[in-house]
Amino acid sequence: MLMGRVVGNVWATRKAESLIGMRMLLVRPFTTGKEEAQDIIVAGDPLGAGMGETVLVAFGRAARTVLGSQDVGWQAAVVAIVDSISLADGGTFELGEHGERIPT
Amino acid sequence: MFTGKVIGEVWATRRHATLEGFKLLLVEPFEVATRVGGRKQGLVVAADSVDAGVGDEVIVAYGRAGRTALGQGHDIAVEAAVVAVVDSRTGPELG
Repeated sequence: MLMGRVVGNVWATRKAESLIGMRMLLVRPFTTGKEEAQDIIVAGDPLGAGMGETVLVAFGRAARTVLGSQDVGWQAAVVAIVDSISLADGGTFELGEHGERIPT
Repeated sequence: MFTGKVIGEVWATRRHATLEGFKLLLVEPFEVATRVGGRKQGLVVAADSVDAGVGDEVIVAYGRAGRTALGQGHDIAVEAAVVAVVDSRTGPELG
């Protein structure tokens, strides 16, 4: 799974039938350094994550399990919305709107 | 699969029901230390099957292999799992 921030929504009218009704989000994964993140991911979202929230995205069968069916033409989905993170280098924190650490 | 270091733990209350009970670890994949200028890999979140903790060097497996290590079947919202804690290794310097 990857952890990232919800940075947008996607809408598509012409799409595979199995995708009807699925909410689609753009997620920018977190990297370990300060460089720009990797490519942005499109993920289905059955949990109702909002813009700016930190989410976990799973791929493949795990994603389709969350979407409720393996017969969906889709590979990535939000499986959890992150409350907090604790890191080895100190403390537990939540992530702010722009990825800044907010100590809890 | 890859090796990396556990650098943190993640908590989420809003999650798919099948994630309940799993410890979710934040793993930083190793790169070969001599590689310069390459883009950093992303962080990976992996469910723990071997009671790994922050600071441990671990092996992460993906997909069906990862879920097999977790032993909770394949209809779960997990696609990466920590399957081993590394004691020692030889080869290139990683970090």
